[in-house]
Amino acid sequence: MLPESLSEYPAAVLVADAITAGKYDRGELTLEIEPSRIVEVCGKLKREMDFIRLSTVTAVDRYPIEPRFEVVYHLHSLSRNDRIRLKVRVGGPKPSVDSVTSVWRSANWYEREVFDLFGIHINNHPDLRRIMMPDHWEGHPLRKDYPITGARV
Amino acid sequence: MPPEIEELAPALAAEPTKARRMVLNMGPQHPSTHGVLRVEIELDGENIISAQPDIGYLHTGIEKEFEVKTYQQGVTLTDRLDYLANLSNNFCYSLAVERLLGLEIPRSAQWIRVMLVELTRIQSHLVWLGTHALDIGGMSVFLYCMREREDILRIFEMFSGQRMMTSYIRPGGLALEPPRGWADRVIKFINGFPSKIDEYESLLTENRIWIGRTKGVGFISLEDMLDLGVTGPMIRAAGMKWDNRKDNPHSCYGEFDFEVPTRTENDVYARYLVRIEEMRQSARIVRQAVEGMPSGSWHADAPHVVLPDREKMKTQMESLIYHFKIVTEGYRVPEGEVYQVVESPRGELGYYIVSDGTSKPYRVHVHGPSFGNLQAIPVIGKGQMISDLIASMGSMDFVLGDTDR
Repeated sequence: MLPESLSEYPAAVLVADAITAGKYDRGELTLEIEPSRIVEVCGKLKREMDFIRLSTVTAVDRYPIEPRFEVVYHLHSLSRNDRIRLKVRVGGPKPSVDSVTSVWRSANWYEREVFDLFGIHINNHPDLRRIMMPDHWEGHPLRKDYPITGARV
Repeated sequence: MPPEIEELAPALAAEPTKARRMVLNMGPQHPSTHGVLRVEIELDGENIISAQPDIGYLHTGIEKEFEVKTYQQGVTLTDRLDYLANLSNNFCYSLAVERLLGLEIPRSAQWIRVMLVELTRIQSHLVWLGTHALDIGGMSVFLYCMREREDILRIFEMFSGQRMMTSYIRPGGLALEPPRGWADRVIKFINGFPSKIDEYESLLTENRIWIGRTKGVGFISLEDMLDLGVTGPMIRAAGMKWDNRKDNPHSCYGEFDFEVPTRTENDVYARYLVRIEEMRQSARIVRQAVEGMPSGSWHADAPHVVLPDREKMKTQMESLIYHFKIVTEGYRVPEGEVYQVVESPRGELGYYIVSDGTSKPYRVHVHGPSFGNLQAIPVIGKGQMISDLIASMGSMDFVLGDTDR
């Protein structure tokens, strides 16, 4: 469902049926996408709106709100000089989201970082390993319930 | 490919047997990895079958640290990310926080910011040029580059009191009033600098060994680079004229006259030429900034954000109260989120800040340009000789500080 206020943005109109919410704030367009359709939406935006670069993938932990994680994608179109932010909300005891590596190869490391630091499982990822923390590390440091000090080193 | 190697090409291209393969760890202490990067290389003789970078050795949890610091304190963390482009990081963070606050910065403060960020770019490129040449075997260039870099670091010290961890650009303006006599100092440096670039070029540009080691080496197609998240001088050396300073003018870059250099050869040599030209263009911007510096305040008129003058604190009650408030509890930033990008010396640097309306950021994500650039190593390395990988990695100019965070 496309919010009324976003009807003038072609990118939002293009993927209107997958949008659950959205806003235009401080010059940046944010669209919330249904989790199951993120790969399809990204592919469509890349093909038809020329978002050839994936700038970053990251996440925000809204603990204790459920679903607690927002996975955030920043897309960039060089030809149209345009940027857009996509969000997917995931939660539950085993949060997971589909990988967009099939759309942009750069998502490989970005998603590994989300997996490592937030513990969000990335489905269909070609090489899902920890990237920052050591392989034997327990816990996911950027979660809000992970202590800032006092962790066993 | 030189002719003598071309003769050997069929033998080199033959599928190696399993027994001939060797796995070699380059780094994390290898000098050419500039920091602590490990590249796992699978070799057939001297030919690379696959190269897989392994990062994380410098992970310091800075993004977590941001969440328990006030916005004012967060500036000091930004210095420590990309330790060769401290002011670019200060700059990007400040722009992001200012956008959240809806704060307008006086034009004179913006001009000083741009001047310092361009000096940072020159300084960072000098370290890159010196170490890159050192990797390939040119010792003397390093000494020349460090000489000029020292001058720039002294300018930074004059402004902020620190050579590297400057924290000089802050939300709301600058940390301190620009020191007396700074303009003479900067103009003296910038007058002498173009001839210094000529000096580096006389050592390298037509040097046969340099050309032999860099021309035609380290090719990667532009489509691959964009797909893998590579930005900055790497894509400009492949003919992609994209520079956030021009295409997405932040602060007051729109007011300056400069060119975005590009090449089309897309090899290590082209990247070298692009960065050399970028130094000249940055010097142009610095000159314009000093000569046309508008008069005015060095901070925004926002006492709740900018720390007050020390003198005023001794005589004015309000200044003392504001100082106390900023230092003890910080300033509240309206709820919202922004993704601010600037062109750092290495490419696109982005800060994604989420505010929940308190005086500490809810989440700060830093997208360092090196993080994207490093993903190109497996593609660039495949099929190369080991020594060419050293040259290619040097041409990528990565800093592990902003990769690992």
